[in-house]
Amino acid sequence: MTEEQILSELAEILNEVAGVEASKVSADKSFLDDLEVDSLSMVEVVMAAEDKFGVKIPDEEVKNLRTVQDAINFIVKAQ
Amino acid sequence: MTQIKAPFRPNGTKVAGVGGYRPKRVVTNDEVAPLIDSSDQWIRERSGIIHRRFAGPDETVAEMAKLATLKALEFANIEPEKVDLLILATATNPAQLPNLAMEVTHKIGATHAGAYDLGAACSGFSYGVAAASEAILAGDAEVAVIVGSERMSDFVSQYDRGTAFLFGDGAGAFVITRDEEFKIAPPVWGADGSMAEAICMTKSWTDFQAETASEFPSLKMEGQRVFRWAITEMVQVAHAALAKAGIQVTDLGAFVPHQANQRITDHIAKSLNLPEHVAIAKDGIQMGNTTAATIPLALETLMENNEVKSGDLALIMGFGAGLSYSGQVIAIP
Repeated sequence: MTEEQILSELAEILNEVAGVEASKVSADKSFLDDLEVDSLSMVEVVMAAEDKFGVKIPDEEVKNLRTVQDAINFIVKAQ
Repeated sequence: MTQIKAPFRPNGTKVAGVGGYRPKRVVTNDEVAPLIDSSDQWIRERSGIIHRRFAGPDETVAEMAKLATLKALEFANIEPEKVDLLILATATNPAQLPNLAMEVTHKIGATHAGAYDLGAACSGFSYGVAAASEAILAGDAEVAVIVGSERMSDFVSQYDRGTAFLFGDGAGAFVITRDEEFKIAPPVWGADGSMAEAICMTKSWTDFQAETASEFPSLKMEGQRVFRWAITEMVQVAHAALAKAGIQVTDLGAFVPHQANQRITDHIAKSLNLPEHVAIAKDGIQMGNTTAATIPLALETLMENNEVKSGDLALIMGFGAGLSYSGQVIAIP
C-alpha cells in the first residue's frame, strides 16, 4: 500500500471511530492537538488501523505516534 | 475409622441484600481540574464523570464498609449477629496490618463471624462474591457478606493528570445466603501478571522507607494500555460468564460492570450487542471509580431507580490492577 493509500484509509478510520472530518486529515497533522483525538480515541484508532492494515501496533509504540505521518511511517515499515 | 462428618451443603446461593454507602462530600470536576491543568468538559469527555465523592476523616474504610453492610443486611432482613463470614475487598487499607474485615464484624456485632480481607483491586468484589457463595455451598457458612470499601483519595495523587479525576471513595455490600436454586453463577476469572505495572503504586513501602525525602507513594496507571485491554478482553469474559450461567445475552436484565470509565462500559456494552431492555450501570458518572465498591454501588442505584426488578439476571464484572478480572451472573434480590 502506498503512503497516499494509507493516508486515505487512516482518514476514513479517524472519521469512523473519532468523528474527525476526513478532509481535515493530512500527514502533518498531530492527532491530539490538530485533530483533537484524545488518548482513549487514539487506542480505538490504533485498533481499527491494526485490523485494516494487518499490522500489530504495540502499546509502548502508541505514544510515539504523534502525527499522522508517524502512523504512516510505522505502518509502511510494519507491512 | 471415624469419618469426618459432612457439613450441610445447600443446593444453591443467592444475593439476599444489596447496600451502598456514599461519603458525604461531593467533589466536582471544577474542584479537581485546576490541580491537573484541566477542565470540567475535558474530564466529562474522557471519562463521563460529573463528580465523585471523597471520604472525610471519620469515613474510614472499615466505617464505610460497616454502613454498607448494615444497609445490605437490613435489605435482606437479617440480623448482623447471623453473619458467619465477612469478606472485605479493599485496595486501600492504609496499614499493612491488621486487616480491616475484623473491625467491620466487630462494629456490626457479628461476634462469631470469620473475617478476612481480599485484595484484587477492581476485580475484588466479583472474586469476593465467588468466595462468599462458595463458602456457603461448601457448608462453611450460612450467611456471608462481601463488602467492597475504598478510600482511593488516600492513594491517588491529586496532581496526576492520568488518574486524579477518575477515582472516588465509597463502599457497597452484598449479603449472600443459601437458596434452593442457583442464583449466583460460577465466576469467570483470570489475571495477567505480565501487565502488573499497567496499574500500580509509584513505589513500594520499603523503597519509600529507603528514600527519606521521598514523595509519598501514589497510584499510577497506563491509561491507554488498560483501556485497550478492558475493551477487548472483557468482552470475552462477559461471553464466558454468560456461558457458565447457561444464559444468553437476551436473558439479562442488567449489565453491571466495574465503573472504571463510562467509555469502557459503553464499548463493552456495544460489543456485547445488549438488547434495549438490558439496564446498563452508569453509577461511575456520579461516583468516579471506587475500585472494589463500584459494582454493589452501581447495582444499588439501578435498584433504587427501578431500572431493574427482583429476579432479573445481572452480569457483574470487575477488572483492573493485576491485571485481574472476575465476573459472574447473579439474580437480583
